[in-house]
Amino acid sequence: MSPKTLYDKIWDAHVAHEAEDGTCLLYIDRHLVHEVTSPQAFEGLRLAGRSVHAPDKTIAVPDHNVPTTAGREDPAQMTTESRIQVEALDKNAKEFGVHYYPVSDVRQGIVHIVGPEQGWTLPGMTVVCGDSHTATHGAFGALAHGIGTSEVEHVLATQTLIQKKSLNMKVEITGKLKPGVTAKDITLAVIGETGTGGGTGYVIEYCGEAIRDLSMEGRMTVCNMAIEGGARAGLIAPDETTYSYVNGRPHAPKGAQWEAALNWWKTLYTDEGAHFDKVVTLKGEDIQPVVTWGTSPEDVLPITGVVPNPEDFTGGKVEAARRSIEYMGLTPGQKLTDIEIDTVFIGSCTNGRIEDFRAVAEVVKGKKIKDGMRAMIVPGSGLVRAQAEEEGLADIFREAGFEWRLAGCSMCLAMNPDQLSEGERCAATSNRNFEGRQGYKGRTHLVSPAMAAAAALTGKLTDIRDLI
Amino acid sequence: MEKFEKLTGIAAPMPLVNIDTDMIIPKVFLKSIARTGFGKNLFDEMRYNRDGTEIADFVLNKPQYRSSEILVAGDNFGCGSSREHAPWAIADFGIKCVVSTSFADIFFNNCFKNGILPIVLPQEQVDLLMKDAEKGENARMTVDLEAQEITTSDGEVISFEVDAFKKQCLLEGLDDIGQTLQKQSSVDSYETKMAQERPWV
Repeated sequence: MSPKTLYDKIWDAHVAHEAEDGTCLLYIDRHLVHEVTSPQAFEGLRLAGRSVHAPDKTIAVPDHNVPTTAGREDPAQMTTESRIQVEALDKNAKEFGVHYYPVSDVRQGIVHIVGPEQGWTLPGMTVVCGDSHTATHGAFGALAHGIGTSEVEHVLATQTLIQKKSLNMKVEITGKLKPGVTAKDITLAVIGETGTGGGTGYVIEYCGEAIRDLSMEGRMTVCNMAIEGGARAGLIAPDETTYSYVNGRPHAPKGAQWEAALNWWKTLYTDEGAHFDKVVTLKGEDIQPVVTWGTSPEDVLPITGVVPNPEDFTGGKVEAARRSIEYMGLTPGQKLTDIEIDTVFIGSCTNGRIEDFRAVAEVVKGKKIKDGMRAMIVPGSGLVRAQAEEEGLADIFREAGFEWRLAGCSMCLAMNPDQLSEGERCAATSNRNFEGRQGYKGRTHLVSPAMAAAAALTGKLTDIRDLI
Repeated sequence: MEKFEKLTGIAAPMPLVNIDTDMIIPKVFLKSIARTGFGKNLFDEMRYNRDGTEIADFVLNKPQYRSSEILVAGDNFGCGSSREHAPWAIADFGIKCVVSTSFADIFFNNCFKNGILPIVLPQEQVDLLMKDAEKGENARMTVDLEAQEITTSDGEVISFEVDAFKKQCLLEGLDDIGQTLQKQSSVDSYETKMAQERPWV
């Protein structure tokens, strides 16, 4: 048998039907659903008189619209449109009988944080959701990717997706990371290297010592942004770190089933000599704490750098860089560490997990954020919030001057009341710095949690290595 | 789904690279629970001032491009979110075909579900079509899906590739779910097998 990649193995294990031209029906093990991209899909089922094929494999949670401030059970906290979407999910979840974590449930949170936390996401699975950051679940060695609403309806109705196989891409991070460098810096550095279109048509497998050394939280951060590099999905082969994270979670297998699952999971790795269509290798020791300067996640530079000159680029990127720099209100040649910040946002499916908050607490413990700074920390789930309270992190944040919020997507995409105002500049641990992403004419610099914490203290983009 | 066979229309040039789904349809418009009505907010932040007045130099606001049916765009069009509101907005505006050197994966798939044909061509050919689009309303391009050809206003013919299955679905306006349900027995036997092999799923 010819050697296979991890992606090949998971793909092969899920093909329910293959047509002569290679178009496959890929069986979906877990379908995650949120309130923004699902209402039209459920409506489609109703109109066609169809039911959900596998409600026990379908998990719904509202996250994009929900307010993150106290008293949010009061519907008056949401705009009418937001409330209609959340209420539509309440109704659809009940009517179609899928697993559901409503706003009032302590387990509610960002769908990509809740899935792994509850043990819904397991190695070797296929996981989809009407959200591009579904790539997050690849950290478990699951094939996970975003889909559109028509495909949401298709999966609800059939538990399959019509797919053609992508190409294999390997991203290897060798050696060790230097102090102050995190999973977020790895994933941004990779996009800086390959560009936002560099992964288009591929499924990425991240490997190498620096990836192996990451916790599950860090691996989820890396895979989360595979989509920002254009890839359909990002994967990391499961290992002891994965198994110990999964073991004991509410929906993880138990007893004899656990043993059987483990036996299969241990076969999920790329065989020696398997073919990759594209290979990118970075040395862990070369990766520095990075920030984005522009309005594309590929606009990445080490924090020690300066705002580039648009003329340094070629092709269509010259105009795009000119537009970005104007939008961001920057000057070519300006030192990145001279850029003053109005707001700090820590959270999102990229960096809203307990480890991220521990990293922030380490930086801000016993200190105060800069006068006039607006700084908020938004946990990825109610359980992350509870754990941070228990570990005393929440007290550290409050004492430092942060707003400590309830769980949701919040200012990552600003569909709820958490938004930037025109011209407001934000250091954010989220995943997209697009024009208007965090609010109309808002300006976003993507950074790691530790770098965001450092910026909150100094009021500028800051090299975390100067504070440790 | 509406069929796509052959289209002759005005093409609007948008040479900017990395046009993302937040630009195509900003999230403030994602709160609808319907599939229609997004066209008026297509490219909203590029197209309108904050007070709702039009930005005169945005391409789709120019008199010669207001009824464009084709978009010729810069590299990596549709990157970002999986929101199908992006192709819904494009289709609702009246655009049925987008040409670029590359598309983001999810957006590309979403187009086919909504009767929109995304066409990938090499840089030189996109440059040529961009120039043709820049001529304005008198320059009409023809996109023939059956023949897999674009004809410029000068009569120059460019061939393009398209996945055979996706082509058929567009030509016939086929509903994916209906087609998949015809293969239900394969899915049933897969599920039976998996209940034995991987019962924990």
